[in-house]
Amino acid sequence: MKQWNWRLISTHTILIIGVIFMSLPVWVAFATSTHSAESIIRNGLQFWPGGEFVNTYKEVLFVKGGVMKSVLGTTMLKNSLILGIGFAIGKVVISMLAAYAIVYFRFKLAVPLFWVIFMTLLLPLEVRIIPSYGVVAGLGLLDTHFGLIVPLIASATGTFFFRQFFRSVPDELLEAARLDGATAWGFFKDILVPISKTMIAAILIIMFVVGWNQYLWPLIMTTKEENYTLVIGIKQIYQVLAEGGEVPQYQKAFALTILATLPPVLVVLVFQNWFVKGLVESEK
Amino acid sequence: MSKVQLTNVRKTYPNGAEAVRGVDMEIDSGEFIVFVGPSGCGKSTLLRMVAGLESITEGQIQIDDRMINDVSPADRDVAMVFQNYALYPHMTVRGNMSYGLKNRGMPKEEINQKVTEAAKMLRIADFLDRQPNQLSGGQRQRVAMGRAIVREPKVFLFDEPLSNLDAKLRVQMRIEIKRLQRRMNVTSIYVTHDQTEAMTLADRLAVINDGKIEQMGTPIDLYNNPATLFVASFIGSPQVNLLPATFDGQHLVSGDVKLPGFTDLPTSTDLVLGIRPDELHLDDNGQFPMRVDIVEQHGSDNLIYGGILGAINEGDEETEFCFKAGQDMLPELESTLKLGFNAERAMVFNKESGERLR
Repeated sequence: MKQWNWRLISTHTILIIGVIFMSLPVWVAFATSTHSAESIIRNGLQFWPGGEFVNTYKEVLFVKGGVMKSVLGTTMLKNSLILGIGFAIGKVVISMLAAYAIVYFRFKLAVPLFWVIFMTLLLPLEVRIIPSYGVVAGLGLLDTHFGLIVPLIASATGTFFFRQFFRSVPDELLEAARLDGATAWGFFKDILVPISKTMIAAILIIMFVVGWNQYLWPLIMTTKEENYTLVIGIKQIYQVLAEGGEVPQYQKAFALTILATLPPVLVVLVFQNWFVKGLVESEK
Repeated sequence: MSKVQLTNVRKTYPNGAEAVRGVDMEIDSGEFIVFVGPSGCGKSTLLRMVAGLESITEGQIQIDDRMINDVSPADRDVAMVFQNYALYPHMTVRGNMSYGLKNRGMPKEEINQKVTEAAKMLRIADFLDRQPNQLSGGQRQRVAMGRAIVREPKVFLFDEPLSNLDAKLRVQMRIEIKRLQRRMNVTSIYVTHDQTEAMTLADRLAVINDGKIEQMGTPIDLYNNPATLFVASFIGSPQVNLLPATFDGQHLVSGDVKLPGFTDLPTSTDLVLGIRPDELHLDDNGQFPMRVDIVEQHGSDNLIYGGILGAINEGDEETEFCFKAGQDMLPELESTLKLGFNAERAMVFNKESGERLR
């Protein structure tokens, strides 16, 4: 008889429990979102899908007044995408340029400046949110995508990652490029950016998810409904639910939650190969 | 066709370390110059100063009578081949070779033509669309040379280009570099720590030690007439045999070993006698009794290593000689051979200063 491999069984048991623990709430949210408001009120959370999937999601996404007072689910989705993508690209661009300056331009203040940048990790947005709000409001950028994204894109972690990566690029590459007549900008664009592409992909993915999940800043930045992101939408919909006199539309809240979770999951699933590559290997 | 001239060139790093301490050199058009020396002697720094990758603390470097101290590397009209090839990993071979030309604004057809030509010459035409990581070490080295060739520079600079290759390939590439340089007739400076490479490639050789040129000349001249103990021991493989000795007025004395045939040497200083392994011969009346320790068979000849009985010891080890003999000579280990030498061809150095006395 084949011997039981207890080690294999125990590790798998732990992993399976972990998977259930992590994904069950998501499943319940999805299953509940496909039931009607009345059956949720009567029977509580649902573990199996019901018949209201098309109705609920259609109302959330496309019907005016279906989820917020006026804004559609698709608009919030669009806002979230703009925030996530703008946030990720902005962070990568800014931190690459900063790291390039710190590593390759050996000016006197490079090291202290790097540590100053690094220390901003101690000052997350929550700490500086009032002055940031003041600046953005003063510039008249409230309720704009620009004002939503720009204050967030300075990134100490991104700068740090790129700095470490650039430092591992052999000096001869720069020297060969200099002999080949490359300018500072030419070296950056023709050589450094292409050899960092796996790194860039990894950081873009992480930052997209972080940007997508931003809550506090968009919450105080946006006053008009049409600028809400999905994450803000979720918060607002519960408020709407609490206020109304009619049957609370819990299924729509759950649907919005599921919609808010999907894009980051898709991004990670689709790009996970790049992501892993960027973290473990580098082409030099 | 360009001359390179170095005048009292010095390099001092900000921390005070002196890498190059006053080098004067004139390199003729089309000449192949090799800088050779132990690691850390400043030879690479000197090369990088010519390339413009290191600043020049003092002195002047001229290419074709044009002062290039403050000219950017790209405008010096030099091309360099690096030890680790330094190919752009994300570009194809063609991209690597054309990048420098593109930056100079050369029209596309002309670039293509030059790249194809150089690739043919280097026999990498079949790989033009591959990326460096799909090539072997030797092929990468060719691409690196191709990148230098297409630029048609005034001066080629080679920084230990063959160190990363295996022994067999190294010999092949060595010959190829020499052939290429002959054919293109471009002034070249080549840095290496490998004295075989240095001897075989150079028109003239500069032996560098501690930031200064010990001696410069044709390889055979340096082999036959080293000016210092350092040059004598650095040039030649197997290494020159060195025997610490003093002069008593008639003989060179090293312990029990007394060697006649020397005159006009100082009696008060410590000396070192240098004899090339191929200057030794079997002689029943020879002055060197050698106890055979190891015999290396290299095919055409054998290298016989052994201690010289009775000679002064350096530290605990006995003074060991190498004797180059024909392939038929296979003495038993631990047997004693009597070796003679030609005093006319032997070299004597001042031990302290390393200066050659005769």
